[in-house]
Amino acid sequence: GINPPVSAMFRNQYDTDVTTWSPQGRLHQVEYAMEAVKQGSAAVGVRSNTHAVLTTLKRASSDLSDFQKKIFHIDEHLGIAIAGLSSDARVLSRYMRTECLNHRFVYDTALPVGRLVSQIGDKSQACTQGSWLRPYGVGLLVAGYDQTGPHIYQTCPSGN
Amino acid sequence: GKRDTAVCSSQMLFDKTYMAAPQRAATSYANPAASSRTQQPIVTGASVIALKYKGGVMLAADTLGSYGSLARYSTLSRLRPIGASTILGGAGDYSDFQFIMSRIDEKIIADDCENDGCSLEPKALHGWLSRVYYGRRCKFDPLWNDLIVAGYRDGQGFVGIVDKLGTTYEENFSASGFAAHIAMPLLRNSWNPDITEDQARQLLEECCRLMFYRHTLASTQIQIAHVDETGPHVSEPYRITTKWDYEAFKHTEYNGFW
Repeated sequence: GINPPVSAMFRNQYDTDVTTWSPQGRLHQVEYAMEAVKQGSAAVGVRSNTHAVLTTLKRASSDLSDFQKKIFHIDEHLGIAIAGLSSDARVLSRYMRTECLNHRFVYDTALPVGRLVSQIGDKSQACTQGSWLRPYGVGLLVAGYDQTGPHIYQTCPSGN
Repeated sequence: GKRDTAVCSSQMLFDKTYMAAPQRAATSYANPAASSRTQQPIVTGASVIALKYKGGVMLAADTLGSYGSLARYSTLSRLRPIGASTILGGAGDYSDFQFIMSRIDEKIIADDCENDGCSLEPKALHGWLSRVYYGRRCKFDPLWNDLIVAGYRDGQGFVGIVDKLGTTYEENFSASGFAAHIAMPLLRNSWNPDITEDQARQLLEECCRLMFYRHTLASTQIQIAHVDETGPHVSEPYRITTKWDYEAFKHTEYNGFW
């Protein structure tokens, strides 16, 4: 459904934890997490037959501070651009780097990009189904190159 | 105790037949609560020989399963196609080879289910086998094999070796077991990077013939397998000829001796 304006959302009775459905069949906590992604500055990904490219607009929290880093190197063949909670992004980034490194150690090849993104999706979905968890408040654009060519993927707190 | 282990390990390394069973009990990987001795191979396959040629890779192995010194199973397939670009050749314990083959088949099926166009390439299979075999070696419960992973992908040939200790390397050509001593000199003399498919086949047959002359656990029924850009192909088992009509063997007054 169409999201109500932010001020209208706080009238929901069914938004205190992620394991509560609303009568309209929505999980408001997940939608609030997706709002955190939308509040982040822009990240754009483009793919051709030979390349995958990420571009981001880095925002500074104040006039004196540095601009927030938004692109993270994950492996030789894979990188991400983030929008949302940078601390959640660090956690996912560390997970992705470990997965890629383990795969290289065992198989001496690049972890296929789609498979890693599926794993992120499964991790994200798990956080929408446990009352002791909260969804990740970050969306990723994943750019990578594997045996099936260049790819751009998008992840989202819902696990979609 | 620890000293026994060191003595037994060196026995394993230097015992000619690799058949000695060390005395120290070890836990099994499958069931940590159980205790089992470090293994000895039961039904064994003899050597596997593999080489790269111009346009592919080729392997040869005989089809004999030996039960100790008894030539028990005359047609065992020790060369198995895997996916679209690889063949695995297994020497050593045949049941361990069957075990690892079923694990590999599970991985191939899992890849198919992902249905994302990504498939296991030869060096990835080689890397995975190397980790599995080294892990088992560390638990003193080895898979008693000498494996050769041979594949051809994107115009590149690959020949990789993994053994029961987890020893791992790549080569242009290799032979396992006794063939490492007997057939390798022949391969070293004759191999060059531009060897053709027919030349490779003749070279491998000559190696198999030599193995039969010199190795008591080899047989004349062999399989040749190759991988090229059309994928893996394993031949039906066939007999190679051997030459016995030497003048010296005709001296019947010496009752077949010379």
